[in-house]
Amino acid sequence: MSGTVMKQPELLQKKLSGQQRGVLGAFFHELIRNKFLYVLALPGIVWFFIFCYVPMGGIVIAFQDFKAVKGITGSPFVGLKNFEFFFHSKDWLLIVRNTVLLNVLFIAFGTLASVAIAVMVTELGSPWFKMISQSVMIFPHFLSWTVVAMFMTAFVATEGGFINQLLGMIGVQPVAFLSSPQYWPAILVLLKIWHGAGFGAIIYMAAIAGINPDIYESASIDGATRWQKIRFITLPLLKPTVILLTILAVGGIFNGDFGLIYAIIGRNPALYPTTDVIDTYVFRALMDLGDMGMSAAVGFLQSFIGFILVLTVNYIAKKTAPESAIF
Amino acid sequence: MIRESIPDKLLKLSFYLILTLFSVYCLLPIVAVVSSSFSTESSILRDGYTLFPVEFSLEAYKLIFQDQTIYKAYGVTIFITAAGTALSMIFTSAMAYAISVKTVKYRNAIAFYAYFTMLFHGGLVANYLLISKYLGMKNSIWVLIIPGLISAWNMFLLRNFFASIDESLAESAKMDGANDAYILMRIILPVSLPALATVGLFYALGYWNKWFDALLYISDPDKFPLQYLIQRIMNNLDYVNQIAADVSIPNFIPPAITVRLATTMVTIGPIVLLYPFLQRYFVKGLMVGAVKG
Repeated sequence: MSGTVMKQPELLQKKLSGQQRGVLGAFFHELIRNKFLYVLALPGIVWFFIFCYVPMGGIVIAFQDFKAVKGITGSPFVGLKNFEFFFHSKDWLLIVRNTVLLNVLFIAFGTLASVAIAVMVTELGSPWFKMISQSVMIFPHFLSWTVVAMFMTAFVATEGGFINQLLGMIGVQPVAFLSSPQYWPAILVLLKIWHGAGFGAIIYMAAIAGINPDIYESASIDGATRWQKIRFITLPLLKPTVILLTILAVGGIFNGDFGLIYAIIGRNPALYPTTDVIDTYVFRALMDLGDMGMSAAVGFLQSFIGFILVLTVNYIAKKTAPESAIF
Repeated sequence: MIRESIPDKLLKLSFYLILTLFSVYCLLPIVAVVSSSFSTESSILRDGYTLFPVEFSLEAYKLIFQDQTIYKAYGVTIFITAAGTALSMIFTSAMAYAISVKTVKYRNAIAFYAYFTMLFHGGLVANYLLISKYLGMKNSIWVLIIPGLISAWNMFLLRNFFASIDESLAESAKMDGANDAYILMRIILPVSLPALATVGLFYALGYWNKWFDALLYISDPDKFPLQYLIQRIMNNLDYVNQIAADVSIPNFIPPAITVRLATTMVTIGPIVLLYPFLQRYFVKGLMVGAVKG
């Protein structure tokens, strides 16, 4: 965020008025000066307060033996008991592993696919091919995961599903996907790419569009091939965008893609070994067991670790590639 | 124009090929479901799912349109999409504009206040308690709108767009005696149409595709939005059986598979129709917002 450069007299006047009025006075002076704009921002500020900041206060539930009738103010504090309870369950290692592994796969393959699509689309000459392929590739992003889940049934059904029909053609026995957890990380990654890669490419295309065309021109004059231009100009100049988006994604690495996994897997315990993630686990703990304390404790850990991760990755980015850091 | 060398041509050709394959990959599941929804149940059970209907049938569509459920869900979804998008756009653009104006001293503080919510949040439980217990919004249709009114991400997208508008535009209007409200309504918003269309589309899609909030907060079947209806249909057969109960044919076995697929198609219908018109706008709008980020 860039600071405003003020002209000297204006700055001086501002300083003076600040001193004369005191800090509070200057504050109100500013509010009055831009009253229309602050009034515009106010509903948003209030909304963020109620729906984002107030729930942050709800984190205390993580340290309470929460009883709905007693409420947040009446429930007794139990220290770290809720955290202990979670870590004593034998599932925690599995779901943490699933969450991180799936997210790493999603981030890695998703980024790879989006960057590849963006580079390829921008290299193409034919405008109509560009337009049609882009429309087709972006379209799946507009379908909700519940719709996609419905599609999936047509694909993974043991009897008559597309994948098994294809396998049948090459003489492979049908696979019972709905009871074979080992295939699901791959299926989910393919699904994620199907759903989001074309859409994700837009941002990279924007970044490529922002590259100075002179660079390509001089490379052409020097006799660079198309591939060399991609490798030595486009990809290096895309790096800051890739890093920036990866930092943002890393913050969510402990948040499972709930929409995707809950909609697709639903409550199929046979697939839990590879697909149960923190969010789905917490959701079940909350809805089925009504265990608010543990759910809140896990939710707090997710948010906290994500926050620390973003700060860490951002710090590293700042040291190594300053232009990609967020703050 | 320099003539392309052979390796360049080959590379380009392979790009066309890969993108064509990927496009087919994107399209195939949709084609498959469309065709299956127009097939007879028995042909699916016998031949499996196919890319073209083996035995064409409108039975599933006839069945779902006989029942009230789908109409009610449509009503809910259309209401939350229309009202939600309008409200979201008002709240979001108002805040985004306020923090895009450089004379607003506390704009960065407000921006950080919104940005922080993208990094840290209270979690599912706290939100659930707030909304269901303290705000008492359970089973209210507004629970599908108000808690998701502003997306910080969309807000920043708009802020970046507003900030990229040449300042002299507003300044010269100010010299002519225009006030802030006039500048916003008559100058800023009209030149921001691509960005507003983009963000509006994002919100509209978000509302159209909403189901998780319904899963948490809505138990009254009259208030189920479309996407949640599908979620329910997938997880149990009640819906199909209920429809079948309304059809008075003896020994009638409801076509469970095709009814599910047809319902799915009906819920995505409007997006398919809107999409080609909006696509051009939003790619442009998103690109502008992203570059300036």
